[in-house]
Amino acid sequence: MQLEDLNAIAAKRKAATRKVCLRTCMSAGCMSSQADLIKKNLETEVKAQGMEAEVEVRRVGCMGFCGQGPLVGVDHHQDGHHHEELFEFVKPEDAPAIVRHLKGGECQVQRGDPHHPFFAKQVKIVRANGGLVDPENIEDYIVLGGYQALHQVLTEMKPAEVVEEITKSGLRGRGGAGYPTGLKWGTVAKSAGAKKYVVCNGDEGDPGAFMDRSVLESDPHLVLEGMAIAAYAVGADQGFLYVRAEYPLAISRLQIAIKQAKQLGLLGAGIFETPFNFNVDIRIGAGAFVCGEETALMASVEGKRGTPRPRPPFPAESGLWGCPTLINNVETFANVTAIITKGADWYASFGTEKSKGTKVFALTGKITNNGLIEVPMGIPLRQIVEEMGGGAPGGHQVKAVQTGGPSGGCIPAQHLDTPVDFESLGKLGSIMGSGGMVVMDDTTNMVEIAKFYMEFCMDESCGKCIPCRAGTVQMHHLLEKITKRQATARDLAKLEELCDMVKNTSLCGLGQTAPNPVLSTLRFFREEYERLLQPDPFGPRGNGSPQTQSAGAAH
Amino acid sequence: MTAATKTKQASRLAAALEHASGDKRFKILEVHMKKHQFRQDALIEVLHKAQELFGYLEDDLLLFISAKLKLPPSRVYGVATFYHFFTLKPQGEHTCVVCMGTACYVKGADKVIEALQENLKIKSGETTADGKVSLLTARCIGACGIAPAVTYDGQVAPKQTAATALEKINQWK
Repeated sequence: MQLEDLNAIAAKRKAATRKVCLRTCMSAGCMSSQADLIKKNLETEVKAQGMEAEVEVRRVGCMGFCGQGPLVGVDHHQDGHHHEELFEFVKPEDAPAIVRHLKGGECQVQRGDPHHPFFAKQVKIVRANGGLVDPENIEDYIVLGGYQALHQVLTEMKPAEVVEEITKSGLRGRGGAGYPTGLKWGTVAKSAGAKKYVVCNGDEGDPGAFMDRSVLESDPHLVLEGMAIAAYAVGADQGFLYVRAEYPLAISRLQIAIKQAKQLGLLGAGIFETPFNFNVDIRIGAGAFVCGEETALMASVEGKRGTPRPRPPFPAESGLWGCPTLINNVETFANVTAIITKGADWYASFGTEKSKGTKVFALTGKITNNGLIEVPMGIPLRQIVEEMGGGAPGGHQVKAVQTGGPSGGCIPAQHLDTPVDFESLGKLGSIMGSGGMVVMDDTTNMVEIAKFYMEFCMDESCGKCIPCRAGTVQMHHLLEKITKRQATARDLAKLEELCDMVKNTSLCGLGQTAPNPVLSTLRFFREEYERLLQPDPFGPRGNGSPQTQSAGAAH
Repeated sequence: MTAATKTKQASRLAAALEHASGDKRFKILEVHMKKHQFRQDALIEVLHKAQELFGYLEDDLLLFISAKLKLPPSRVYGVATFYHFFTLKPQGEHTCVVCMGTACYVKGADKVIEALQENLKIKSGETTADGKVSLLTARCIGACGIAPAVTYDGQVAPKQTAATALEKINQWK
C-alpha cells in the first residue's frame, strides 16, 4: 500500500457517488427500533422504483439525535450544491414514502431540522464522520481523507515531532482526569524497553455515557488510525483495544474494521512500505466498572481479575507485562488524526486557555433533546442545556446537571453559566468525566441520586482496599437510613466524615471519587438531606444533654 | 499439599475431562483456545466463548479450561466470579435485562424493575422457578438516548414503561 493506492481507492469511491444518499442510522440506539429493517425496506423500494443508479442507501453510524430516532438523513448532491433533509421517528413501513418523495411524492413522516441549534451549535472534530460514513466500509473512511495522517506521520515526521505536535495542540486525556496527552506520549517514548504497548480504553463504564460507544460504532477507523499514530510516536508495535462486552455492535464493527485495514496493509507489518509494524487486538471486557481504571484495565487485558495496583510505577514505565504502555481513552485517540492533518495551532484555536479542542457529551435524562453533542471546550453549560437540549420537558425546571457519573457531581441550576472545561467543573466539586451529562428536573430527589451512585460504587468496588470496600457499604447504609427518615444529624456528620476518609485513603480512582456525588449534593442541596433527618433523642452530641433540636437544625 | 488431596484433585479433573469427551461443545471451545495459542492471558476471551456455548459456566467447564490453559483452578474461578458478565448458574429460557444506568434511572427504570419483580415474584439476578424467565439488571448499556431501555432476549427495546415491560413478559409465559 502506498499513497497512490490510497488515493486510487478514494477516487474510485468518489466516482461511485450517486445523486442522492439515504443515510440510515444504524447505531445501537436506532437499531433497537428496527433500523436494519428500515434500511432493507429502503433498498427494496429504491429497487422497485428503478432508482438504483441515482440513489444510494447507506448504513451510517450515530447522527447524534438519538432521542428522535430512528433517523434517516437524505443528501441531495446536484450541480455542486448540497442539500440535506432529516426524517425522525422513522418506522419500517415509512420507507416507501421516503423513497417516493424523492420523485416528488407525498411524505407524512416527521421531519427534523438539520439546522436545529442541537446540530448548528456543534463543532465536530471527533464526530466529523459520524453519521456520514459506513462504519463497515473502509473506503468510505478513505474517501474523506482517512489514513492520510498516518501516511504523513510515517513518511514525513520523526516520532519526536509527532509527540511535539500533540503537546503543542494542548490535547488532554478525554477519559476524565484531563492529563496532558503529549506529556504522556513523551514519557512512554522516553521509557526504555524493546517492547511497548498502546492500549485504547473503551471500557466506558459511567452510567449515562455513550460517547465512546458511538465513536467506535460510527467511525472505528478513526480510532485505529489514532492508535497507529500513537504507536509510531512512542515506539510500540502492538495495540489492544479494550471494549465493554455490553457493546456488541461496537465490537463487531471494530473486528470488521481491523480486518479491512489489515487487508489493505494499513495495519500489520511494513505499513506504507516503511519499517513500521502495528497490530491491534480486541480485548472484550466482562462487566467490571473498575476496569476503566488503567492499572485494573491492564490486569484485565492480561486475563486476570481487574484489580488496580498502586502507582507508581505508572503504566508509562511499567505497564502490560512490565513493559512501557500508553493508555488513552477512545476519544483521545479519535482527536489525533485531526491534529496531525490540520495542525496543532488549528486544534488549539478551539476551547479555552487550559482546555483545548472539543468534547463530546452524552446529553440525557430529563431533557427535551436527547443525544450526542460535540462542543468546543468552555461553552457555558446553559447553552448546552437550554439552547441545544431545549430544557426539561413537560414544563419542568432544570434542577441540576450531573457530570462525570459516579465519580462526578451535580451542578445546580444557579451555576448553569459555568463554562464547561476541566478547571471550572473541578471548582464546583464535579469533574469533566468521560462526558456523561444527565439532566435532572425539579421532580428528581437528590438524596436518592446520591444513594443510587453509592449503590453503584458499592457493587463495583473490587474489594482490594478496605476504605473503598467497607466504606462504600457504610456510606450506602447511612444514605439508606437517611432516605428512610431514620437518621439523625449525627448520622449525617458520620457520613461526611466517612466521605472524607474514603476519598483520601482509597487505592484507586474508584474509591477516591466514590464520595463525590454525596459531597456535591450535600454542598448544593443540603436542605434535602436535612429535611429527612429526625430529632436526635440523645442531643446533638450524643451525650444525653437535654438540649433539644429541631429536625432542620443540623449545624 | 498432602498426597490425599492431590489424588482427589486428579480424580476430579479426570471426571471433568471424561464429561468433556462426550460433548461436542468442548471441542469447539478447544478450537477457540487453540486460536489463542492456549495463551493464559486469553482467559477472559475463552470464558466469553464458553458462556456463549454453554449459557453458563459450570464447575466441570471451569476445570476443563484450567487444565487446557495450564492455570490453577483458583485463578479461573477467581476471574469467572470477579466479572459480572459471567454467570455460574443456568439462565432461564428468556432473559430480561433492565438497564439501570443514570439516564434510565431518572426516567423511571426503577419502576419498571419493581413491576417486573412483583409480576415474576423474583428479585433481580434470579430465575423463575419454572426456568422460564431470568431477570437481570445492567449497569448501563449505553442506550441512554432512548432511556429507559430494556433488553429482551438480546434485543434492546426503547422507552419502556412498567406496562410495556409486563406486556412483553406475559408473551413469554
